[in-house]
Amino acid sequence: MIDPDRIRTLLLEALPGADVDVQDLTGTQDHFQATVVAPQFSGKSLVEQHQMVYRALGDSMKAEIHALALKTKAK
Amino acid sequence: MSDIKARIQEMVDKNDVVLFMKGTKSFPQCGFSAAVVDILEKEGATFETVNVLSDPELRQGIKDFSSWPTIPQLYIKGKFVGGCDIVTELHKSGELKKILGS
Repeated sequence: MIDPDRIRTLLLEALPGADVDVQDLTGTQDHFQATVVAPQFSGKSLVEQHQMVYRALGDSMKAEIHALALKTKAK
Repeated sequence: MSDIKARIQEMVDKNDVVLFMKGTKSFPQCGFSAAVVDILEKEGATFETVNVLSDPELRQGIKDFSSWPTIPQLYIKGKFVGGCDIVTELHKSGELKKILGS
């Protein structure tokens, strides 16, 4: 389990200046939906943008987070 | 290159459109995998699927292969296209049709 706020913090640490919205879809703290609008995404493909998010979440992505529906956009 | 990487590379090279998923085309075992199968069928694409649940080495190997931590993963013409969210977005924008058709 991981707190949505913790996910938000991890994302903001890796992507300063981003707009981040994280929702716990099931109330069980393992299925999430995140929308990330970040200046760092500019010029990057969607795959690259999602990879940047996954990198920011690091090991949490392998353990506590079972599913993450992701929407990314350049700011 | 490790054996599993070489095996994945071969599958990606051999098939124009290949989806690494949980379960099979006719019996997906995960909602995200099912969604991508559904989109590919709507696009009228001819595609192969690989069930990662039947092979633990592959299940981990495919995540390392594209530095992508989740399944499903779609490859078209040797290139990693994305997971469920990206495929859904490309389908809605019409871009997936272009990638499949080109």
